[in-house]
Amino acid sequence: MATALLDLPEKEYILPGTRTCAGCGLPIAYRHMLKALGPKTIVTLPACCLTILHGMYPKTPVLVNAVNNVFGGTAASASGLVAGLKALGKDDYTVLAMAGDGGTFDMGIQALSGAAERQTNFIYVCYDNEAYMNTGVQRSSATPAGAITTTTPVHPKEQPKKDFIQIMEAHHPAYLATTCSSYPLDLYDKFSKARGISGTRFIHLAIPCPAGWGYPTKDTVKIGRLAVETGVVVLYELENGVFRLTGKSLNLAKTRRKRPVEDYLKTQARFRKMTPEQIEAYQKAIDERWEGFLNRAGL
Amino acid sequence: MGAKILTGNQTAALAAKLCRVQVIAAYPITPQSKIPEVLSEYVESGELHAEFVRVESEHSAMGVCISASLVGARAFTATAANGLAYMHEQLHWAAGARVPIVMPVTNRGLGAPWTILNDMQDSIAQRDTGWMQFYCLNNQEILDQVILGYKVAERLLVPVMVCFDGFRLSHTMMPVDVPDQEAVDEYLPPFRPAYELDPERPVNINPVVMTDPIPGVDGRLWPGYMGIRRRLQETLESALDVIAEEGRTFGARFGRSYEDPLYRYRTEDAEILFVTMGSLGSEASEACDLLREQGVRAGVVGLRLFRPFPVKAVAEALSRVPRMAVVEKAISYGLEGALATEVKAALYGLNGARPIAVNFIVGLGGKDVKPVDLCEAARRTLSVESHGNAPLHPVWLSNEI
Repeated sequence: MATALLDLPEKEYILPGTRTCAGCGLPIAYRHMLKALGPKTIVTLPACCLTILHGMYPKTPVLVNAVNNVFGGTAASASGLVAGLKALGKDDYTVLAMAGDGGTFDMGIQALSGAAERQTNFIYVCYDNEAYMNTGVQRSSATPAGAITTTTPVHPKEQPKKDFIQIMEAHHPAYLATTCSSYPLDLYDKFSKARGISGTRFIHLAIPCPAGWGYPTKDTVKIGRLAVETGVVVLYELENGVFRLTGKSLNLAKTRRKRPVEDYLKTQARFRKMTPEQIEAYQKAIDERWEGFLNRAGL
Repeated sequence: MGAKILTGNQTAALAAKLCRVQVIAAYPITPQSKIPEVLSEYVESGELHAEFVRVESEHSAMGVCISASLVGARAFTATAANGLAYMHEQLHWAAGARVPIVMPVTNRGLGAPWTILNDMQDSIAQRDTGWMQFYCLNNQEILDQVILGYKVAERLLVPVMVCFDGFRLSHTMMPVDVPDQEAVDEYLPPFRPAYELDPERPVNINPVVMTDPIPGVDGRLWPGYMGIRRRLQETLESALDVIAEEGRTFGARFGRSYEDPLYRYRTEDAEILFVTMGSLGSEASEACDLLREQGVRAGVVGLRLFRPFPVKAVAEALSRVPRMAVVEKAISYGLEGALATEVKAALYGLNGARPIAVNFIVGLGGKDVKPVDLCEAARRTLSVESHGNAPLHPVWLSNEI
């Protein structure tokens, strides 16, 4: 059963005073994640937008224990937390590792692959805003083709986004899911489920970024929804080898009402240089991927 | 337990077991690989109750140790050479995070070109990371300094590298006096972290820190970056006394004192001293005996500690000797060996009471250093008549083309 809005726990784990940019999708997601995971969570994070959310010494607005670590070392740090807590008999903590796309797709891939292969008992979340946003919108391997960034300023990125979720699926984690900050209930349910599973759990979290994507700060929820409605982001989960579309994506699959990708692209300044040919190629790639998901879901 | 015949690597693993380490993370690299192998056996056979994390890299090995230590576990790893270099970022993080990890380093040369053999370039290059660095003369010192290392590290909340020569000690069997588990337990009680994890009082460990102090919720000022880093320096400054005190206690319990940061051999009447570190102290001692047979009054000073640097002890040991040959297996390219620079700095300001110094670079990439080579170094140093005639650059003793 999906959780209803009124059934969410009232307890808040993020107090007012986070230092994220106006309109950031990250606090929306993090708020609901922590509601699902509860107070006995310890989070490890590298240098990223989440570091900014966690605030500056000596204050923090976040009500769970947090350990900051080096950029490429998030999953190693999580492995250390898991091992240390186990050695001390404190097995009732949920270890959460959370890094951006740069700290996951790029620099963190080695440590994450190692931790996943070792079947480390933790939840790894890649919150993906599709570039190095914290350092000023530089291109990452998660940046989609056609996007302007500060390191692809004249010629938009030519290469498509790395299919990192497939890389993680190849590690056969105990649980794998995708979600998006614009669907807090889908997100809440997936983290609630992940909390109750042991082993490596990987969650890909799509997070719109007004500063890096170039849209008005009021539109963060709308942009995230458009990403899902156009099939740029697909909500699903994989548990015990069973693939399942969830939430809005499941609804789109049943109604066959997926929107054209142009509806999504035209809302963001980063795609302003895309040619009609590039948009067509992107649409084709999205449609092929979507068909694959429909087949996997048996729909 | 009494005396055992052990390699340096077996000794390091046994020392970790005696210290009842709780989390081990390690990645194989020659000549260190036997340490995690032996520890794996201890863990899998149930002789040691620890979590063993078989990481995919040294960068992750240190990342695991840092976080395990932060939640209160006694953490251990070991590495060498490029593995240590790969850890570099994490070494700074460990010291800044004030986690009392102890890590043997089986000293080995760095590529390029590849060598798997011994020199000290790896650990000397990590001098400025904020770690304490102990150097071992023989396998007994490996055992003792790992135990002493945890004692000091946990008191000061500063990590310790226990450095010993790859192959020359790591793969060489020597008699080692192994203390009983009960005696080690009494000397080294379980690790009690400064901060206990508590969901009711959550903290954000090692977050972004501003340059200037900022008031906390209690209204009082909390340190900025320099304030936090100054505390690390002050702790390392105080570490010499702490190491001397704990080294003395170690001596009282186990019969081998580490109160003196220096290994000294026939120094009293010496006209020339070899100044060195690690197992080279043994070759230098042999060279001393040979030189004394020839009428040259030679002695040896070996540093057991490189960080914190024992400035006073070095100055006192060297200020009265006319000449010194600083012999070392590492170099700061473009200048000279770091040991030579630092020993000379320790003698600065002593109003002329400073020996004529010649720096010898030896043994890089496993090059054999025989006592007769060191006799040659002594003869060359003795032939220098005044400070003005001392060689401007370090002398490479390598019989190379």
